Amino acid sequence: ARLASRGSGLLLTSHFTKSRVVAMSGQSSGCGFLMSVVVHGDSALNEQEKELNQRLRRLYPAVNENETPLPRSWSPKDKFSYIGLSQNNLRVHYKGHGKTPKDAASVRATHPIPAACGVYYFEVKIISKGRDGYMGIGLSAQGVNMNRLPGWDKHSYGYHGDDGHSFCSSGTGQPYGPTFTTGDVIGCCVNLINNTCFYTKNGHSLGKKLQNQRQILYMLNLLIYLDTPGEVVDANFGQHPFVYDIEDYMREWRTKIQAQIDRFPIGEREGEWQSMIQKMVASYLVHHSYCATAEAFAKSTDQAVHEELASIKNRQKIQKLVLSGRMGEAIETTQQLYPNLLERNPDLLFMLKVRQFIEMVNGTDSEVRCLGGRSPKSQDSYPGSPRPFSSPSHKASSSQSYLTGTGSDTSWFDSNCCNGVTSNKNHSSSPHSHKPCPPGSGSTLPVSDISLNGSRSQQPITSNDMDMEVDHFTNGVTESSSNGFLNGSSKHTTEPDDCDADMEVESAQSKRQLCGGSQAAIERMIHFGRELQSMSEHLRRECGKNSANKKMLKDAFSLLAYSDPWNSPVGYQLDAIQREPVCSTLNSAILETHNLPKQPPLAQAVGQAAQCLAIMARTGSGSCAFASVDDYLH
Amino acid sequence: IPLCLIPLQEVTATSRHYVDRLFDPDPQKVLQGVIDMKNAVIGNNKQKANLIVLGAVPRLLYLLQQSSSSLELRTECAVVLGSLAMGTENNIKSLVDCHIIPALLQGLLCPDLIFIEACLRCLRTVFISPVTPVQLLYTDSTVIPHLMSLLSRSQRTQEYITQIFSHCCKTPEHQTVLFNHGAIQNIAPLLISPSYKVRMQALKCFSVLAYENTQVSMTLVNVLVDGELLSQVFVRMMQRDQPIEMQLTAAKCLTYMCRAGAIRTDDSCIVLKTLPCLVRMCSKEHLLEERVEGAETLAYLMEPDVELQRIASTTDHLVSMLADYFKYPSSVSAITDIKRLDHDLKHAHELRQAAFKLYASLGSNDEDIRKKITETENMMDRIVSGLSESSIKVRLAAVRCLHSLSRSVQQLRTSFHDHAVWKPLMKLLQNAPDEVLVMASSTLCNLLLEFSPSKEPILESGVIELLCSLTQSDSPALRVNGIWALMNMAFQADQKVKVEIVRCLGTEQLFRLLSDPDTNVLMKTLGLLRNLLSTRPHIDQIMSSHGKQIMQAVTLILEAEHSIEVKEQTLCILANIADGNTAKELIMTNDDMLQKIKYYMGHSNVKLQLAATFCISNLIWNEEDGSQERQDKLREMGFVDILHKLTQASDPNLSDRAKTAMQQYLA
Repeated sequence: ARLASRGSGLLLTSHFTKSRVVAMSGQSSGCGFLMSVVVHGDSALNEQEKELNQRLRRLYPAVNENETPLPRSWSPKDKFSYIGLSQNNLRVHYKGHGKTPKDAASVRATHPIPAACGVYYFEVKIISKGRDGYMGIGLSAQGVNMNRLPGWDKHSYGYHGDDGHSFCSSGTGQPYGPTFTTGDVIGCCVNLINNTCFYTKNGHSLGKKLQNQRQILYMLNLLIYLDTPGEVVDANFGQHPFVYDIEDYMREWRTKIQAQIDRFPIGEREGEWQSMIQKMVASYLVHHSYCATAEAFAKSTDQAVHEELASIKNRQKIQKLVLSGRMGEAIETTQQLYPNLLERNPDLLFMLKVRQFIEMVNGTDSEVRCLGGRSPKSQDSYPGSPRPFSSPSHKASSSQSYLTGTGSDTSWFDSNCCNGVTSNKNHSSSPHSHKPCPPGSGSTLPVSDISLNGSRSQQPITSNDMDMEVDHFTNGVTESSSNGFLNGSSKHTTEPDDCDADMEVESAQSKRQLCGGSQAAIERMIHFGRELQSMSEHLRRECGKNSANKKMLKDAFSLLAYSDPWNSPVGYQLDAIQREPVCSTLNSAILETHNLPKQPPLAQAVGQAAQCLAIMARTGSGSCAFASVDDYLH
Repeated sequence: IPLCLIPLQEVTATSRHYVDRLFDPDPQKVLQGVIDMKNAVIGNNKQKANLIVLGAVPRLLYLLQQSSSSLELRTECAVVLGSLAMGTENNIKSLVDCHIIPALLQGLLCPDLIFIEACLRCLRTVFISPVTPVQLLYTDSTVIPHLMSLLSRSQRTQEYITQIFSHCCKTPEHQTVLFNHGAIQNIAPLLISPSYKVRMQALKCFSVLAYENTQVSMTLVNVLVDGELLSQVFVRMMQRDQPIEMQLTAAKCLTYMCRAGAIRTDDSCIVLKTLPCLVRMCSKEHLLEERVEGAETLAYLMEPDVELQRIASTTDHLVSMLADYFKYPSSVSAITDIKRLDHDLKHAHELRQAAFKLYASLGSNDEDIRKKITETENMMDRIVSGLSESSIKVRLAAVRCLHSLSRSVQQLRTSFHDHAVWKPLMKLLQNAPDEVLVMASSTLCNLLLEFSPSKEPILESGVIELLCSLTQSDSPALRVNGIWALMNMAFQADQKVKVEIVRCLGTEQLFRLLSDPDTNVLMKTLGLLRNLLSTRPHIDQIMSSHGKQIMQAVTLILEAEHSIEVKEQTLCILANIADGNTAKELIMTNDDMLQKIKYYMGHSNVKLQLAATFCISNLIWNEEDGSQERQDKLREMGFVDILHKLTQASDPNLSDRAKTAMQQYLA
C-alpha cells in the first residue's frame, strides 16, 4: 500500500498531509499498516491549484494562512440571489432582471484580505458586458448589503465600468478612470501600508485613490457587482499570471519599507548602541558555548563574561555530543557534570532518551555504533554549531505532525514490526537525500555538487537504483521531506566536528541501513525501545498524562514501521536538524540551574521582533509584509 | 595697505611656496611638494584658484609629461590636476587653456594602470564640464580606439571612460565615430558589471548613442548581454526597486530605440514597461529634475502613436498629475524656506515647459484627450500666460501645446474663443525666433479655419500683412504656414478680404511662390488661388486685373514637371476661371491652353481627367452669354469626341461629369 501511494506522481502535496498511518493494533499479533490516500481525479484542476498556491505564497509570504486564509474564489454563501457562480466559483454571471437599481447584486470573496499581504491584488476579466454594462469591482467590509452597488454604502468602495467613476461610501461617484467593457481586464490593488487603493485596466495602473477609514481596511473584502442580464465576469485571484505587473509594484514597496528600517534612528548617546550590540553578541556566544570566540570577543570589546570558562566548556562538550547524535554519551556526561539535573527533570530525560532511540535507528548513537553499525556520513556529521534561530513559526511549517495519532492508547511496540525491514535490500539511498563525501576531503560539499557526486560515484548505478531515485524524487516532494533535504544539504557547507573524522572514508559506498546494518545493534535498539516504553508508562503513573511525550514516543516508534525510515513520512525525525531543539532544551536546562537566562538576549530580540510582526499582521499594519526577520539574519 | 588685504596676501604667500617647491632640483622634494599640494587643495576652491593663478598648472603638466619623472610623481601630478578640475568652471577653463587634454590623453599610453586611472579621472572631470569643448575628444583619431581598449583594464577605467563618452556624444557624427569603434560591443558587457557606477554610466552611454540614431538602435536590439537581449536588460533596470536614475535612463534607452524604429510601439516592453515607468517619473514624489526628464521623454515616446497617447492619458491620472507642474514655486516654499524657493524657481520654467510638451504630445491625435486636457484646472489660462513668458523654452512649449489642441474643431469653437488665445498668439508672432514662429503660425492656420470664431477678430488685427511677410521667409516651414494661413483665410471670404490679400501679397510675390522649390508651398499657393477664384464676381474681378499673369503661371505649371496633385490643383484653378463670366474668354482665346486641357482629358490619371473635364463643362455651360459660340469652337477642336469617349469611362464620377457636359450640347 505504501509503495503504491508513492507511485502516483501527480498527487498534490496537500494530499500527503492528509494521509494517515493507522495502526491496526494488537499487542501480540504485531502491526499492520494501512495508508489511506485521498486521490482527486482531475489533475488539470490540481495543476491550477498548485499554480495558485505557488503564486500566493510568492506574493504574500508573510501571510499565515492558518490564521488568515487568502481569498481564492467568490463565496457561494456571501452573495445576492441574482448572482450565479460557476467554474469553481470563479465565474460570476447575473441572473436578475436588471431593471431598477434595486436589481443590483454583489458577491464577496471567500475571505477578507489579510493585512500581512502588505499589498493585495486581484483581477477580473469582463467576458460579456451584457445588456448595459453596469458592472463594478471594489472592496467592502463584511456584512455590507449585497443588493447594492459597490461604493454606495458605508465601508464600500468601487470602480464602475459604465461611467468610469469611482464610488467611495457614497451614492455619487467621482470621475476616476476610463470606462470598461467586454474583453477588458480590470484589476484592483489594495495597499495596506499607506491605505490606498488603485485600479488597473489591461495592465495599466489608473492612479491612486486615497482612503481614510483606516480602521476598517484590514477587514476589507473583494467585491464585484453586476446589474444587467448577460453580464459575465471571470476572476483571477492568482490562478493565472496577472496582466498588471503587481510584483514590480510590491518590489518598490519592499524597498521602501526596508529603507525605512535601515534608516531607523538608533541610540542617541554616543556608543550606547554599539555597546548594547556587543553585549548581545557576547551573551549569545557564551550561551551557545563558543568558548574561544566568546573569550576573544569579550577581550577585544572589554566586557566581562558571567560564566566560568570551565562551565562553558562543559556545556560545549555536551552540545557537541547531542549535535553529532551521540545521545547516550551526552546523557551520561550530563549526569556526571550536572548530577540531579536530569533526575529533577524527568520529561527532559525522557526527551533525551527518545532522541537516543532515534539516533539508534539512525545508527549514530554510541551504543549501536560500538556494535559495528556504520552510519552514512550525512547522518553522522554535524557541524557542531546550532542553527541560529528557529522561530516558532518555522518549526510549525517544517516539522509539524504528520501523524496526529488517532490510534489507540495501548502500547504497540513489538519486535515483530521490524520483520522484513532489514532484509529489504532494494532500499539503497539515492544520491539526492544522502551525499557522500569524497574520500580525504575534510568537509565542504556545496549543494551544487550533489549531482556530480552521483555520477562520479564508484558504485555502478543499477537500473533499479535509477528507478528508485526518480521515484523518490517526484514523490518525495512532500513538505517536510523536501525541507529536510534542503536543510540537510546546507549543513555541509561548514566544517564537520572533529569527532567525526574517522567516519569519512567509508561513507561513499555505505547504504543507509537500520541501526547501521548490524543485527546486534538492532537487537540493542529494540531492547532500548522496550525500556523507553516502560519509562513512558512509569512517567505517566508518576506525573500524569503528557500528550507531548506520548506523541514524541509514537512518532519515534513509527520509524520502524517503514522499510526505509529515511524516506518515510516520519523520516524527518532522523534528520540531523532535529537534534537542535533537543540540544537547546538541554542547554537551557543546564543554564537555568546556574541562574543564567534560558535564552540569549539576541534570540529573545529576534523572537520578539517576529512576535511584533505577527501582532502587526493581526492589527492591520500592512508593512509587516515586507519586514521579514529572516531578511536580517544572514 | 588696507588691513583686510593682509590675510589674502598671506594665502598667496603660502600658495607661492607650494608652486616654488615644484621647481626644486631634488626630485624627491618635488614629489613631496606635489603631495603636500594635493593635501592642501582638497576641498579648497580658493587655494585651487590661487595655485592656478600662480602658474602651477603648466609646471604640473610638464612634470606629468616628462619621461624622466618617476611614475609616482607623474601620478601625483595627475591627481592634483584632477583636484584642481573639481573646482569652479573658471578652473576648468584655465586647465583647458593650458592644453591639459592632449597631455592627459598622451598619458593614457603609459602602461601603468594607477597612472592611467589618475589621468582618466582628471579627464573625466574636465570633459563633463559644460565649458569644455567636446570636440577635443575627437581631434586625434587614435584616442577613441585607445579608450575602447582601456575599457577592459579596471572598473575605474570603465566608469571614467563611459562617463566621458556619455558627455561627449552630442551629434550624429560623434555617435557614428563611437559606433564605428565598437562602442556597443565594448560597453554592453558593462551593463551587468558588479559596480553600480559602471552600470549606470554604461547605460547613459547607450541612451546618448541611440538618440535619433537608427543605425545604433537597430544594432542594439540584437545585442545579447550574458545571453539576454539588451531590451530585457533595460527592462530589468526599470524595475521599481532600482534607483530612480537607473529606471529613468533605461526608459530613455528604450524610448530612443523605439523612436528610431528598432522596437515596435506595441511591443510589451514599451506599452507595459517603458510607458508606465515614465508616467511614474512624473509623479509628485520624485525630484523636480526627474519629473522634467520623465515628462519630456514620455512626450517624445508617444508623439507619433495615438495608442500610446490613449494609454498614457488614462495611466495614473497623468493629465491631472501634470497640472502640479505649474505650482512652482509653491506659496508654501516662498514663506518657509529660501533655499527651497531658489530651487523651485530654478526648475519652475523647466517644469512648465515639460508639462506643455507632454500635453502637446498627449493631445496631438485624440479628441477625447484634448477635451480632458482643456478641462484640466486653469489649463487654457496657463497656456495663455505661457505664451508670453520670458523663457523662450516655455513659450515654445506652450505654443506647441496650443497647436496640438487647435486641431480640435470643438476646442476652436469653445475654449479657444473663450480665452481669446489669438491675442497672445498674435503678439508672439510679432517678434519671435523662427522655431516659435513656425509653431505659432501653424496654430494660427487652424485658428483661421472658416468655422473658427476667432477668425474675425484675427482678421481685424491686421494679420494679413504679417502672414504675407512670413511668405518671404527663408524657412520653408514659415513660408508654408504663411501661405497656408492665407489660404484658410481666403476660403469663402468677403471680396474685401480677398482683395486685401492680393494687394498685400502682391502678384509678384504670388508668382514667386508658384515657383517655390518646396512643393508644400506651391500646393498651398495654388490652394490660395483657388480660394481667391471662387464665386463668379470675384473670379471676374481678380482675372480682370491679374488675368494675364495668372494664365501665364498656370501654363508654366502645366508645362513643368510636377506631381499629379499639383497639376490637379492647377486644373481646378482653370476650372474656376472657366466659371467666370468674362474670365472664360481668357481660356477660350488661348488655343494653347485649350490643347492642354484636351491633353489632360485624355491623361491616364482619372483625377486629372476629371478636373480637365470640369473645366470644359464650365466653358460650354448653357444659359450663359456666348455659350453657343464656345460650344461650336470646342466641337471643332474635337472636344465632343473626347467627351463622348469619356461617357464610357469606368470611373463613375468621370462618366457622370462627361454625360452632364454632353447634355449641354443636346439642350
